[in-house]
Amino acid sequence: MSGLEISIALIPLLPFLGFLINGLGFKTVPKSLVGPLGILAVVASFALTLSVFMQFNALGKQPILVNLFEWIAFGEVSIRFSFLVDQLSLLMLMVVTGIGSLIHIYSMGYMSHDEGYGKFFAYLNLFMFSMLLLVMGSNYLIMFIGWEGVGLCSYLLIGFWNKNNDYNDAAKKAFIMNRIGDLGFLLGIFMLLGLFGSLEYIEVFNKVATGTFSVGDATITAITLLLFVGAMGKSAQVPLYTWLPDAMAGPTPVSALIHAATMVTAGIYMVVRSNALFVLAPFSLEVVGYVGVLTALLAATIGIFQNDIKKVLAYSTVSQLGYMFLALGVGAFTSGMFHVITHAFFKALLFLGAGSVIHAMSNEQDIRNMGGLAKDLKITYITFLIACIAISGIPPFAGFFSKDEILLHVFEHNKLLYALAVLGSAMTSFYMFRLLFLTFNGSFRGTAHQREHLHESPLVMTFPLIVLAVLSMAGGFMGLPPVFSSTNWLGAFMEPLFANAKIVNPTMFAHPHASHTMELILMGVSTFVALASMLVAFVVYGKGKNIPAEDSTYQGVTKLVYNKYYVDELYNSAFVKPLMRASELFYTFVDKQVVDGIVEGVGKIVKGTSERVRTLQTGDTSFYLLLMVAGILTILALNFL
Amino acid sequence: MYKRNRALNYKKMDLEIIKLIPLEHYIYFSVALFCIGVVGVLMRKNALIIFMCVELMLNATNLLLTAFSAYRGDATGQVFVFFIMVVAAAEVSVGLAIVVMIYRNSRTTDVGILNNLKW
Repeated sequence: MSGLEISIALIPLLPFLGFLINGLGFKTVPKSLVGPLGILAVVASFALTLSVFMQFNALGKQPILVNLFEWIAFGEVSIRFSFLVDQLSLLMLMVVTGIGSLIHIYSMGYMSHDEGYGKFFAYLNLFMFSMLLLVMGSNYLIMFIGWEGVGLCSYLLIGFWNKNNDYNDAAKKAFIMNRIGDLGFLLGIFMLLGLFGSLEYIEVFNKVATGTFSVGDATITAITLLLFVGAMGKSAQVPLYTWLPDAMAGPTPVSALIHAATMVTAGIYMVVRSNALFVLAPFSLEVVGYVGVLTALLAATIGIFQNDIKKVLAYSTVSQLGYMFLALGVGAFTSGMFHVITHAFFKALLFLGAGSVIHAMSNEQDIRNMGGLAKDLKITYITFLIACIAISGIPPFAGFFSKDEILLHVFEHNKLLYALAVLGSAMTSFYMFRLLFLTFNGSFRGTAHQREHLHESPLVMTFPLIVLAVLSMAGGFMGLPPVFSSTNWLGAFMEPLFANAKIVNPTMFAHPHASHTMELILMGVSTFVALASMLVAFVVYGKGKNIPAEDSTYQGVTKLVYNKYYVDELYNSAFVKPLMRASELFYTFVDKQVVDGIVEGVGKIVKGTSERVRTLQTGDTSFYLLLMVAGILTILALNFL
Repeated sequence: MYKRNRALNYKKMDLEIIKLIPLEHYIYFSVALFCIGVVGVLMRKNALIIFMCVELMLNATNLLLTAFSAYRGDATGQVFVFFIMVVAAAEVSVGLAIVVMIYRNSRTTDVGILNNLKW
């Protein structure tokens, strides 16, 4: 293997090594070493990623396939354990290792007082390993391993404080809901294998491009829908989104890394990766788009009424993921990826900022008990503000560019979806600034004890905040809209990924582009909407006014939305309880009566017959002889009959 | 070669004597003897009687073997008979020794008491 291939293979292996050391040496590795080891593994991965990125550019941007070994071979199918480095995996790699490094550094401060410090770093490293497998694998099966791996780590880290049973339930919920999606994904993979006889991205997409599939092919539609079911689970889309808000039970760095920046975007990565298949199935893309916009709106409305700082961010994440799927649904794969990247910056920043607040407030998460934190938590406040501006889509921060690009493409595709998306955008701005004002403005509403302990977080925690704030400010410039600049770096960089898609469905990419005037108008609209929502939020919640009341005083629609439309309760009575009752029935009747009856019945028959038959053995020799003679006579008789 | 060998001639005459009785009679007689033996083994309890009945069954077989051997003109069957007689003699000596030992230990030759091989 060449040096380049070795460094590519090392990118996922280093975090795995970190996991082995911290995981196997749990409680024996000294605490002062655990954090640096975990961080070093990921930072080294990040450095390798950067060097691979540079070499990739220097080598003419050709996809690099690193074949480690043949893993499964049967019939004519050969599945290799290999990595593919192309534009898409490089983008994901940089986001995952880059944000991952920052969050590992942050965790060293945030988790320093936790007894499970070593365990935490081991799990985080294992997560990094799985996530890197997911984005680097050169075929769907490797992606699936990573897919399950991140699911497992998500489960382990949500239930990290496993002495609290509610947290364990949240972890189980996340795992089980993901399994529903995974089933769809797995079926999709089987169908792909059946149809193409291979799972390698390059082979499958080449076969799609050279094949004779017509647009709207039924099998391809089925495959893409099944793949999208997988994405729904992993990326928390309606109807499988309820696990993500509950996943906030995990430590805050976990929420930032797994449940905001990286793992939940795996679904988007998978759809972008399969773009050649999805453009062949316009129906699937419609479904993706409508599910996306529905999720975006539903989660945004819930987010407006939440009072837990992390819950607001969680619903905001669900909503933003909806936007990404909306972009994919209208065929704007680049915009979807763009939003994945900028969202990773500002949402990680928001979560880490929230973590800093929670840390300062001695584990208080209810924004009704906060207020006026801006004075004491200056860095946290400023970075949080930057993130809020970025996510709301106010220029010139990162979120503006990515969200605007999505809105532009949606506008070109479907005016109704555009209107809904702008509405969601208004709500995003509103709930984010509501959160900001309630947390940082007005007067302090916590206890005197919390007041005394209020402190800015140490440098190890504020440093990642500052870096992410810079990225949230400047991140948008990688994808400048055509009206401002003729070179859209991200768009040009990702262009080769869609070569096959353009062959199979050229009309999808050939629609007329909006004029520059139209583009400016749309930008004006979204900026105006965001600013207006911000102002409304300021008028309503600024300066410590209108603090949300106690839960019990909510009435009517507010109560409905505050309780998340009772979706959890609905799922409980529609699926969980019938399942419980069925299990109960199966336990008491099928297992206890039928299965046990058969098993014990066989035993009883054997025992009962032998009880009688054993009396034949009298010990009397002449009786034995009699039987022997009788036997011989019988044989003779049978012989002659 | 046959005619000059006196021993062979003598034996041939002997075989002729056996053939004076029809083969069926040998079969009936042997079967009767064998059945008496079997019934004796099954019905009687005295170890010595059982022994004698076993000998009866052996000899029924011997007789049949000899008869068939003579009628077929094949000496193999008679050679077999000699073997059986030798083995039976050896068996009797061992068997009687066992019976004597049983008698010494239990003061009886009734096989009914030997029922320790029970469940």
